[in-house]
Amino acid sequence: MLTGLTLTQAREGLAARKFSARELAKAHLDAIARLNPKLNAYITVIPEADVLAAADAADARYAAGTARPMEGLPVGVKDLFCTKGVKTTAASKILANFVPPYESTVTARLLDAGSVFVGKTNLDEFAMGSANITSAFGSVLNPWQRKGEETVALVPGGSSGGSAAAVAAGLALAATGTDTGGSIRQPAAFCGIVGLKPTYGRCSRWGTIAYASSLDQAGPMTRTVADAGLMLEAMAGFDEKDSTCSNRPVPAFAQAVGKSVKGLRVGIPAEYRAPGLSPEISAMWEQGIAWLREAGCEIVDVSLPHTKYGLATYYIIAPAECSSNLARYDGIRFGERKDAATLDGVYELTRAEGFGEEVRNRILMGTYVLSAGYYDAYYLKAQKVRTLIKRDFVQAFEQVDVLLTPTAPSAAFAQGENMADPVQMYLNDIFTVPASMAGVPALSVPVGLDAKGLPLGLQIIGRHFDEETVLSVGGALEAAAGFAHTPTLHAEAGA
Amino acid sequence: MSYLIEGKTGTWEIVVGLEVHAQIISQSKLFSGASTKFGGEPNSQVSLVDAAFPGMLPVINRECVAQAVRTGLGLNARINLQSRFDRKNYFYADLPQGYQISQFEHPIVGEGSIEIELANGETRQIGITRLHMEQDAGKLLHDQDPTRSFVDLNRSGVALMEIVSEPDIRAPEEAGAYLRKLRQILRYLGTCDGNMDEGSMRADVNVSVRKAGEPFRTRCEIKNVNSIRFVMQAIEAEAARQVEIWENGGEVDQETRLFDPSRGETRTMRSKEDAHDYRYFPDPDLLPLVIEQAWVDGLKAELPELPDAKRARFQADYGVPFYDAGVLVAEQSVADFFETVAKGRDGKLAVTWVTGDLFAALNRTSRTIENSPVSADSLGKMLDLIADGTINGKIAKEVFEDMVETGESPDAIVEKKGLRQVTDTGVIDSAIDAIMAKHADKVAEYRSGKDKLFGFFVGQVMKETKGKANPALVNEALKGKLDA
Amino acid sequence: MSLDLATTRRIAKLARIGLADAELETVRQKLDGILGWFNQLSEVDVEGVPPMVGTEMEALRQREDVVTDGNCQAAVLSNAPEKSGPFYAVPKVVE
Ligand SMILES: [Mg+2]
Ligand SMILES: [Zn+2]
Repeated sequence: MLTGLTLTQAREGLAARKFSARELAKAHLDAIARLNPKLNAYITVIPEADVLAAADAADARYAAGTARPMEGLPVGVKDLFCTKGVKTTAASKILANFVPPYESTVTARLLDAGSVFVGKTNLDEFAMGSANITSAFGSVLNPWQRKGEETVALVPGGSSGGSAAAVAAGLALAATGTDTGGSIRQPAAFCGIVGLKPTYGRCSRWGTIAYASSLDQAGPMTRTVADAGLMLEAMAGFDEKDSTCSNRPVPAFAQAVGKSVKGLRVGIPAEYRAPGLSPEISAMWEQGIAWLREAGCEIVDVSLPHTKYGLATYYIIAPAECSSNLARYDGIRFGERKDAATLDGVYELTRAEGFGEEVRNRILMGTYVLSAGYYDAYYLKAQKVRTLIKRDFVQAFEQVDVLLTPTAPSAAFAQGENMADPVQMYLNDIFTVPASMAGVPALSVPVGLDAKGLPLGLQIIGRHFDEETVLSVGGALEAAAGFAHTPTLHAEAGA
Repeated sequence: MSYLIEGKTGTWEIVVGLEVHAQIISQSKLFSGASTKFGGEPNSQVSLVDAAFPGMLPVINRECVAQAVRTGLGLNARINLQSRFDRKNYFYADLPQGYQISQFEHPIVGEGSIEIELANGETRQIGITRLHMEQDAGKLLHDQDPTRSFVDLNRSGVALMEIVSEPDIRAPEEAGAYLRKLRQILRYLGTCDGNMDEGSMRADVNVSVRKAGEPFRTRCEIKNVNSIRFVMQAIEAEAARQVEIWENGGEVDQETRLFDPSRGETRTMRSKEDAHDYRYFPDPDLLPLVIEQAWVDGLKAELPELPDAKRARFQADYGVPFYDAGVLVAEQSVADFFETVAKGRDGKLAVTWVTGDLFAALNRTSRTIENSPVSADSLGKMLDLIADGTINGKIAKEVFEDMVETGESPDAIVEKKGLRQVTDTGVIDSAIDAIMAKHADKVAEYRSGKDKLFGFFVGQVMKETKGKANPALVNEALKGKLDA
Repeated sequence: MSLDLATTRRIAKLARIGLADAELETVRQKLDGILGWFNQLSEVDVEGVPPMVGTEMEALRQREDVVTDGNCQAAVLSNAPEKSGPFYAVPKVVE
């Protein structure tokens, strides 16, 4: 069915005129109308007339033989990317009615490649969270259910939880995500899809609402590794408007998938065998190692000694940057304002009411670690530890080509679980954060189900700007695992 | 030159350091492509970057970096090949990002110095601590509405250089000399227009007082003073205030103050409930700024001659006296004018004409050197006419006034008015004969010993020849005839 | 060190987030817990280690000094909660 296709299949179907872009778009709008009230994966759905107009334009291009790489493919856009004329909220009350007069570079490139946007996907407010429970527009429901516990509402992971749920449930063929400390990879793992965080600097950050500037990276969330490559090709590339965006050429990523991985050296970092790692995750990891060995990879034990400090370092640096990045939400030039008699009154009321609790707490934490008397002990220290974390990776990559680890320490958990203690919640990011700190690319691939029928993902981490090898190994893992499960809540489940 | 305050408890000296914000001359802003032009329609010269819209990012302007480096070179300062941008975090309605991008820990320019000259001719070195680049803020308008302030972001993001001096200044006069000299250097370099009225140069003044030999006492910062005169007044007022506090057993609080020129006093800025804590940290949107020594060398090679060097050269090459040379180099346009006039001619004569008759004429006609009624070329040609004996000094004055009035060339005026100097000895001799005949009595007096009458005869002969006679020839011939 | 209420209040003021005292206490407890967790970093020896700024992958690019932007007053003002003519408006600021 149309909502269950991969990007590659849909592209072929459209090219062969098996179905039209209009039919494809309509199928997705129908699925959204049916399932979004339950999943809450989209904050904003693009009006049908606009979506169909874009689809018709795509059909015209297919007819004319001028179809582009993503021509006519229905894509969800995380509501952190500014989209011209389309409300962009960052899932925050403070931007509830913000309509950007500009298009982010990444979404502009996707449009230039022919994508048809169907809506803006839900997320944790300002991308701060790992469960998609901090959105001002309500939590996102994971379309997967635990066997025998079908009434338990599971989280989709975060912060790109809406994108992950939408792709998993058939409400988009693919979606954009952003990853600061794991926000593409962890929800991808929780929802049984593929998620790729490219190298820092691979995709432009211009027009994407900032959380932590030195970490934020946009990336694709798709059903297959090849799709991730295809979509990244469209998203990536030099942008003179982002000083941190690389001007390296964009390789043909999709072609890396399916390449032989024989002879590649795959590192298994000892420190990721964290105490308390669930036996199921552990077993899945062993299985992944076995698959890659069978595919001809050489398995090498490596050490990333500063892994355990990654989380604390991240939760100092990211809030520090966010405390400054979010200072612009002051109710003066855009966004919601709460009136008061004085300027400071406007600031304090606007920001207290406009930001949710998690965002407020991170801003306050970031303000604290940068403030006089604490800067050296927290922020400066964290920056130095970050250097050590990055060195760990650089040294490991002198021995191996990629690293293989679990993506998350557990499968999707239930709404309400793990939520009392913030540190407990932060532990979700334990395997994803170090790669973010180092800026290296990392991919999550769904490889199997746990005993309760929930998807589990493995993570492949590569060298700076070597997404190609990451995709090759990801493709090999995908082929070996043959993951073909779909969640209970799915557009084609006949619900 | 010491400026001391005599108090009840003894003599106090003042310690002053200046932080000057100078707007960099550039087409576009430091981190955005919006125009820097002064006086645009409100919020028109604003990009979404300047208004800090979500997802907007800074990209640095190469010319602003070059301007900062040129300025550093002009201040004989160290250029840091690696520098970095930091965010200074605070909330204000004119600061859209909620932070100012500045250079805190690693500025682009390090230590340098400026030589100032005081009225008594003494010179002093004032140390420069650093120069860094940063963004300007927007503008708040308070007088348009009874309950609201209005925000115009046209200035938001315009590039500034903050130039910080050492606390080396010991007198209001020195502060004035420092600011004038700094402005002069910036103008020569073309890195800032130094226009204090339009706010393109403004000073924060740090003032403290102490008794001789003491370490520094608490200082106060007087913010945003926008004229040299006010800086000098503010220092006097603030120093007097601090002396009074100390002498009455009080304690000066370190604080930020404003100068009120109408009352001639400083007052505390509306006190903030909490102390500032700017939470500086490296801007993660910008990587470290790395420049090449070769590029710096290239900029250095293209620097214009600066006032001190030019002054020395004018003394050496044209024999211009030290004081006059200072007057000539005060403005680059004057120096250029002078040099055009003086090149290949008598420098001393050139300086007399430029600082004398020309300045007087500019004054009288309310013109500046840029639109002088007499061009440097014309004035030069006039000096040539003096040099080759076509006219004498006295006639030159008449020619010059005509040039001011008509803008005509000196040759044309000389021809038109028939002012060519008379060098024909026959003409001069007959004029002398006529005068001697007319004043036979005076001739007799002279010959009986009244030498002083010689001047009278010269005057009469010049009058007879309508001032056009060559004075040297007249002298010589008169002497011969009178003494015969 | 443990985070006290006065510091929490000062931080909230610096961040311009207006919180009532009861909320401040909740925040204080949350932050204090996290700060305690940060103390694990004290075991890391960072002697001689330079701080990492960004991901240090590229050198800062510089753009040419050309006017390429601005002249978009309508866009700049399009989302303003309160404006007056061509200006943003805020409660009167006393300087
Ligand atoms: Mg200052
Ligand atoms: Zn400054």
